[in-house]
Formats: sequence, C-alpha cells, structure tokens
Amino acid sequence: MRIEPRPGERIDRSQTLSFEFEGKNVDAFAGDTIGSALYAGGRRVFSRSFKYHRPRGLLCCSGACPNCMMEVDGVPNVRVCVEPVREGAVVKAQNVVGSLERDLMAATDKFGGPFTPVGFYYRTMIRPRAAWPLFEKFLRNAAGLGRIDKHARREGRYDVEHRHADVLVIGGGRAGLDAARAAAAAGEHVVVVDENAPPEGADGLEALAPATALGIYEGGLVPVSAGRVLYRFRARRIVIATGALEQPVVFPGNDLVGIVLPQAVRRLVDDFSIRPGEQAVVLAADDDGLAVADDLRAAGTKVLEVVDLRDGPHRISASGSAGKLNGVGIDGVRFNCDLLVASGGRQPAYSLLAQAGARIEYDEGRGVFVPRDIPAGVEAVGSVTGEGTGAIPPAKPLLGDKTFVCLCEDVTEKDVKRAIAEGFDSIELAKRYTTVTMGPCQGRLCHLNSVRLYARETKQGEDAIGTTTARPPWSPVELGLLAGRPHEPAKRTSIHHRHKELGAKMMWTGAWRRPHSYGDPEAEAGAVHESAGLIDVSTLGKLVVRGPEAAAFLERIYPNRFADLKPGRIRYAVLGTDGGRIMDDGTVARIDDETFYVTTTSTGAEGVIEWFEWWNAIWKLDLEIVDVTGALAAVNLAGPQARDLLAPLTEIDLAPDAFKYLDAKQGRVAGVPALLLRIGFVGELGYELHFPSPHGETVWDAIAATGAVPFGLEPQRILRLEKMHVLIGQDTDSESNALEASMPWIVKFEKDEFVGKWALEHVQERGMRDRLVGFEMANGVVPPEGGAVVVDGRLAGRVTSARHSRVLGRTIGLAWVPETLAVEDAEISLRVNAGLERANVRLRPFFDPDGERLRS
Amino acid sequence: MSFLLACPNCGPRDVNEFHCQGEVTIRPKQSPSRRELSEYLYFRRNVAGVQREWWYHRLGCESWFLAERDTRTNEVLKTELPE
Repeated sequence: MRIEPRPGERIDRSQTLSFEFEGKNVDAFAGDTIGSALYAGGRRVFSRSFKYHRPRGLLCCSGACPNCMMEVDGVPNVRVCVEPVREGAVVKAQNVVGSLERDLMAATDKFGGPFTPVGFYYRTMIRPRAAWPLFEKFLRNAAGLGRIDKHARREGRYDVEHRHADVLVIGGGRAGLDAARAAAAAGEHVVVVDENAPPEGADGLEALAPATALGIYEGGLVPVSAGRVLYRFRARRIVIATGALEQPVVFPGNDLVGIVLPQAVRRLVDDFSIRPGEQAVVLAADDDGLAVADDLRAAGTKVLEVVDLRDGPHRISASGSAGKLNGVGIDGVRFNCDLLVASGGRQPAYSLLAQAGARIEYDEGRGVFVPRDIPAGVEAVGSVTGEGTGAIPPAKPLLGDKTFVCLCEDVTEKDVKRAIAEGFDSIELAKRYTTVTMGPCQGRLCHLNSVRLYARETKQGEDAIGTTTARPPWSPVELGLLAGRPHEPAKRTSIHHRHKELGAKMMWTGAWRRPHSYGDPEAEAGAVHESAGLIDVSTLGKLVVRGPEAAAFLERIYPNRFADLKPGRIRYAVLGTDGGRIMDDGTVARIDDETFYVTTTSTGAEGVIEWFEWWNAIWKLDLEIVDVTGALAAVNLAGPQARDLLAPLTEIDLAPDAFKYLDAKQGRVAGVPALLLRIGFVGELGYELHFPSPHGETVWDAIAATGAVPFGLEPQRILRLEKMHVLIGQDTDSESNALEASMPWIVKFEKDEFVGKWALEHVQERGMRDRLVGFEMANGVVPPEGGAVVVDGRLAGRVTSARHSRVLGRTIGLAWVPETLAVEDAEISLRVNAGLERANVRLRPFFDPDGERLRS
Repeated sequence: MSFLLACPNCGPRDVNEFHCQGEVTIRPKQSPSRRELSEYLYFRRNVAGVQREWWYHRLGCESWFLAERDTRTNEVLKTELPE
C-alpha cells in the first residue's frame, strides 16, 4: 500500500503506466518497477520455488535473489523487482501449474519430501536405465525456472562494443563514486558501472547504468552487459566497489513470504513509498540492518520487536499459513506479524576480485570472507574490502518447517548434512552435488551460510573449508548478448550478380559464395567438351611475388623448380610442409625476371600468404608478397571453340604457335587489361583471364555474348576428375604427400634444398605405402565419397571423389589404395551401401590421356 | 584467452587478432637423420614457463614476430621482429 509522498522517492506520481499481469491490468507510476507496482497493489507471492514449488515473495528487492523471477514480454527469468515498468508489458508467473496462489505442483513440498532428498535423481531415477528419458522429461518439467519460447523470433539485435578507459569503477555506491571523482580530478577518463539506476552525484563522470560487469577475464578484460550491448572494457585501472551483500538468516521457515532483507524495506519505503507490512519484527546483525526499524515506523508499520543478533545465539523459527508468514518465535516468545526483516550481516561481494586473482581468506573476527593480495591493476574500495562488514554464524537447528540454506535451488540444512554424511567432504564437490550456490543468485545469498554450515558440521574452520571458485559470469546474461549480432560473413565475386541473374544454384566454398551450377551440371560439362564454357574463378587466391630474390624464394619454398621458369611461362605448383605434406596447389606464372604471379586454391589464399611470410621472416630474401585476390577477378574460358570465341575480343595473338599451352600473356580483352594464362584444369583448350575486379561484369558479359556456356563448380569437378586432376583438400588430407598422391614429377630431389625435402626423401627411402589412383566402376554405380576400399574383406583405403561422366559414359573416381594395387586395371572393391561393388584401377587420365586437346 | 599482445608494428592488441605458430624451433642445417627430422617436425619442449614463440598479426599488419610468453600466466614479457 502506498504511503504519503516522501522526499527522494523515485516514483513520479503525475505519470501513470499500466501493464498486464496474469491477464489483469496493473497500474503503476513512472519510476516503479514491475515488482514494486505489484507489491503496492497487494501482491505478496511472486514465484514458486525451484523444487518444492513453495510460495516465495520479495526478499532482496534488489535483483540478487531468485524470488521475483517472472516472464516479461516473453523473456523468462526476469527479476521484476528491478525491471522498470513498461507501458503495456505482458507479465506472467513462471514455473507454476495453475496460478501462483494455487500451484498444483506444490504437492512436491507436502508429499515429495522423503522421496526427493538432495541428489535423488542421481540415485533413484537411473533404474531401470531405459526409463531415464521418461524421468528426465518429468523432472525437467517439474523443476526449474522459466521456459524459453522455442518459436520466438529474434527481435532487435545485440551488439558488442570495445571500450577503453583509464579507470573503470565497478559499483556506483559511496566508495565507488569517491574513487571515481578522485581519478577524474586527476584528469583520468573514468567510467562508472552500476547495476541500478544511474548513481546520483555522478555528474561529470561517465556512468553506465543499469549495467552489469559480468566478470574479470584474463588481461583485465571486463565484459559489461548494458541492455542490448555488451561492452568489452579494457582499463588501465579497475576499481572494484561492489560493496557487501546482506545475508539471510538460517532458521526454520526462513523462506516464508513476508521475510525480507533490510535492503528490501529500504527500497520499498524510500524509493517506492510503499508500506511493506502492518506488523513487523526486525532481526539484524549490524547497525544498518537495525536502522530499518526507523524506515518501517516512518512508513506506518508497527514494529513489534527489534533484536540485535550479535548479542548471542537466539532460537528463531517462523510460521505461516499458505506459505505466508503469520508469526515468529524468538527465544520462546511469539510475535504475530506479517513482516520479518532478517539479516545475518553483510558479506563482501568479492567475486570479481577473486576472478582477477585475489586470494579469499576467512576473517575469523568478522565472520565473513574477505579479499587479500589484490593483483596489480585492480583496486578494492569500500565494504568489498571487508570494511564495516560482518555476519553471525548459522544457529543450531531447531525443529519446525524446512530450513533453507539455498533458496534458488531449494536446498535445506538437512540436505547439506546429508551430503556431508554421504561423503561429499570438499566444498567444491558438495556444491556440485547439492547445487548450493549454483542457482540464479550465484552464491550471493547462500555461499557464506553454506560454508559456515559445512564448517560447523564437519568441525573444521571456515578457512579450511574455503570458498568455491568464483567464475564469470557473476550475473545472469542473455545468450543473445554473448552471441552478438548474427553475422555470417560471405565473400562474393564481382560477377556474383550475373550468376544470380542466370539462376545459378549457389553454394559455400569456405567463405565464398559460388555457383554450384546453372541447372544442369552434366550438360554444362558437355558444353565445355563440345563448344566452350565460361566459369568465374575469381575466388582463386592471387599473389604477386616480386623482387631480386623472388625466384630463389619460390625455388626454396616449392618442391618444384621455378628458378629456370622463363618469363611468359607457367608451371603447376604444389606447396608442401616441412613434413612433406601437401598444403595447397596452384600455378606460378613468371611475368618478368623479378615478378611472379602465383595462384592458390580458393580457400587457401590466406594460409599461403601467411606461410610465405613466415618462411621469409626466417630467410629474409629480398622480395615482397602482395595479395591481389580481391583486386583481380578471373574467369576461365575453356573448350574447343575457346580460341575462336576469344579472338575477336582481344589484340593478343591466340594462334597455337604464338600462344602455347602454359604460356602467360598480357593484353586487353574487351578493352580491359588482362593477364591470360593458358592452362587446362578442365582438360580442354582454355584461357584463364585475370583482370581488375571492377571490370568483372564487363569481361563476363563480353565473353558470354560470344555464346560461351556458363558452367559452375559441379561441372568443373566432373571435368577435372575426367583429367584425374587432384583437388587439394578433397582428394588429399593433412597426411598426404606429393609422392603418394601420384605427383612425383613435381618433386625435384636434385635441388639442394626445399621445404619438405628431407621428409619426402624419407618417404622415397621407405617406399610408397598408399597411392592416390583413378578407378572406373564396373557397373556405373556412383560410390559415396569417403567410402571404403575393401581388399580381402579389410578396409584398405577410401574413395575421395566419384562422379558419373557423360562424355565417357562411365562412373569414375579417385581413391587411396595400397601401393600393391596401384597397378593399371587392378581390381578393387568399394563399399556402396551395404554391399561391395567392383572397380578397376586407372593410372592415366580417363579423358584425353595424352593432353592433345589441352595443347591444341 | 583475452590477454593483450604488443605487435612490434601495431602496438598492444587483443590476442584474438593474432595467430600463434607455437614455440620457435631450430631447423636442421643439412640432411638430418630420421630421428633428428622427426624431433624437429613433431617434438616440442612444451615448457611451463617462458617460451619463445612465433606470432602472426593476422588481423593487423600481417607480419610475423617473436614473443616471449610465460605459458603459465600468459604474461608476454617481450615481443620483437625477427633479426
């Protein structure tokens, strides 16, 4: 119930808002939270507990405990005590069957008790084994928090922002602001982060609020969640001013609705001008806690009794009806009340300091854990240091209602004792078994009490028990915030839109989008054999290696020879590691004495550049490596008519004698300066044109207008397979070497040195074990890629590529087989579905084995 | 990992901008024995302590440099371009 306006209240009574709660309209003032508006309207039960479905009401009223979690506009687990009211918001209770007042699952509390001790699901529900999925479904429905709407669509977007500051102050209380002001006065750039509304007195300081520092990661990285933005903060100095957390008192019935922490009273009275109850008892272990009696009186609540818990152990137990408090007994005297303010003291909120590397030590005198040995670059100020804090130990148990240690997970004192009796003697193990501290409050309200209970029951000191490891995130965070903005980077060639216009079926190759085909892969492959085809190969990696020692560099890094490559000529190039493994392949064209144009596979460009740069960081040869992959587009025009179609578009003499196979020439094509490479990946007369990307469509259009048929990646794969051209990464893997991949001719052992020479020499010495060979199916069936090669009933190799070739009228492929079977016509068996199919080994290209068409 | 690494060209940057190639190894000078070769290729000292490593500034200047990093704490003591 609202009281008369008070100075400093955070609500604006001139402005009213309304929202929907469980289908009914609720009025609120601007400045209210959903929780304060509901409380003002008389609501006391805010949630049902995790396991027993007991009624729960506001406890901390500051966003720390689990008691007020509801679903707001479809988002589950929102703490409504700190969630500002939004006009028209739709708020629902969660984890109830029925309503908050009549939750059918509450039977768990009355009858399930003896059957649901801590860890029961580990022991009782695993027999019979097969029944677990059924039990699991039941448990998941019965227990837990809110539900995620699986059909929800992402609304808005999340972003990540990198921020830098001289000083990052976490916590905008008195100590935090003092530190911030001092730093700002010294001319430092200060940012203050606070979980609640912008701290008062922060004028002139940059304040991020409401925002939560989720943790302190390696290198002093502090992620700060602020609505839909995650700030990744780096600061030269981090000031932790997270304060201290009021601790619940452990006694029978301590979870009844109407039992609150002092801070809840302060918020309800001071911020929202609400009378929290009619008849109250105050139990507190520090002066701050005891002082709320004055707030209560000011709000018109009758304070029946104030007990200072520091003056010795008291026997306390609360009772209620329908989950709501109606009385408390203190040392045998009963007080009828609807509000019990109970605080066992305050524990420093040290988690961020522990994550930063501080040691956490038990302070015997205060009865709390305090941070020590705070690492460089981090400072602690205010009560997080332990200053002004202290807490009383849990009292000896009494008979009565359930005594809760952990409200989030519904763990009672009895459960903790039981875990100890079962042998969980380390706090870390006990935590995992009982799940104390693992709920939404992340130990804020249960860690100290559970450790102290452990210490008492095991008769050890709290220091010997120690603390559980403080890990990020310290506060719940939306997964969307961690995922960031949905982001799927795609590379598109400068001819991309032409492919789309032609109705190409696009596919991913690494980050590139490429045409799989334009509808009929076999017909497109056929066109390349019969007339001419045009394919966009802009995705090839393209490097210029230039300098006085460029030739020496390539000679040293590739197994093949390049020093003797004449200007204007091209050579196939396979790149290997020092272990002799194949990394990548492409072509090397010598433009002039000091300039080489190197192509790589579409996905290998970045790796090849890194590899080149690395070796030259060691060799320090006089050359430079320039990546021109994006700067240049490339198309391949291939087929028997390629020459005739291209001739009218260029000044370059394409005559067979003037422009031979493996020649590289520069000149204009359709008016665009281009480098032409006469190579034959697809097995027909062909020209690979490289030219500036902005002219991609111009050149494509000019060539397409001659009647060349666009073909995609899939027909290219058929065509290259007909020529037995190896696809690196498809037919080879990280173990393959050039000798066993049937390319011994690219390895020049007579060179003094090249990367991988020694390893390949050892392969040669030991002899071949496996070999990459061609095969032809006996009956035309297409075996699966990756399928087994079977010899004498045993796995002996695998199929790496297989396609039906229309021009050959056969099914062909490449496979790794034992060396003994790398013989023309040898018979092998391939697993296809459940059976075996016969195939014959082929060592020479299936199509045009002598390369006459290539050279024509 | 979220520590910072000072690229000799670009200055301190988030570790995610870099690619670590691992500890610096010594490549045999001439034809190694099979044992020497396999030690060079496959064996690493894997020290718990300060290690000299190759790093590549993938999302920056695309240069290789050497770093001395404590593998236990990720403290980077020194970075330098190869001599």
